[in-house]
Amino acid sequence: MSSTSPGVAAGPHAHRDDVGSRLGMWLFLFTELILFGGMFIVYAVYRFTHPEAFHLAAAELDTFVGTVNTIILLTSSLTVAMSITAIQEGRKTFALTLVGMTILLALAFLVNKYFEWGHKFDVGIYPGAPELLAQPQGVILYFGLYFVMTGLHALHVIIGMGVLIYDFEAIRRGTINATSFVRLESGALYWHLVDIIWIFLFPLFYLLH
Amino acid sequence: MDQHTRTPHAETPHKISYGTYVLIWFGLLVLTALTVSLAGIELGRWVIITALVIASVKSLLVLNMFMHLRFEERTFRVFALVALGTLLIFITLTFFDYAFH
Repeated sequence: MSSTSPGVAAGPHAHRDDVGSRLGMWLFLFTELILFGGMFIVYAVYRFTHPEAFHLAAAELDTFVGTVNTIILLTSSLTVAMSITAIQEGRKTFALTLVGMTILLALAFLVNKYFEWGHKFDVGIYPGAPELLAQPQGVILYFGLYFVMTGLHALHVIIGMGVLIYDFEAIRRGTINATSFVRLESGALYWHLVDIIWIFLFPLFYLLH
Repeated sequence: MDQHTRTPHAETPHKISYGTYVLIWFGLLVLTALTVSLAGIELGRWVIITALVIASVKSLLVLNMFMHLRFEERTFRVFALVALGTLLIFITLTFFDYAFH
């Protein structure tokens, strides 16, 4: 592919346009940015109008679990980024290992999230819980945002895992290979976006003392 | 399309070494440690500002290096700036509305 003329390469992939594919993926990521961005604005407004309640509520979150999940996601971003170099070098087994590690790290993130949420439910913190509704308005708003934003983020982690499993299978079958790997690049781009969203969620919810 | 044919290597994205990726990852971990330890210090109004600055630096590292933005064609960066600019306008207008009520 690289040796032939760009854009209109001859052969079985005559209509392939990798730059166009990546640009399409970026355009989709911008819609995700606006989706989460809107929620961050709602967060900013309620934090501004209920500063004390937000600080009180944030004390309920476990900074340690949040930090561990941050490290997990950053590491998963590293492994998926490295998998692209591996596939470019034609190292199929290494690429499979790296994508596999990314999927396992995503799973680890979700397991942590499961226990974190489970603990919150046990102490009566979930949307509509009587214990929570007895709290000040700002605390209710904080946890409403916490569940919606980290929940939507977790949904993205699940979708990202699905995409990466699909990419893993495509590498195994050879559909994704050293000369054609834009599908893996798109999957990786999506995964990095999930990481970036968490980079902002983490300090705004967990590090508010 | 014109720009496409003028950049002969557009089809083969820049290959980044494993070492560079590991270095970026290490930098991201250091910034995470920094933001966690700063959260324990009483910085008043600066808490949110330092947290957001660190998060922005981390995002720039991910965008430019992990997501290859700095090795893509200029169109990608223009698109990214338009998207971020749009979000920034939303944030600024909302802020002015609430700050000066």
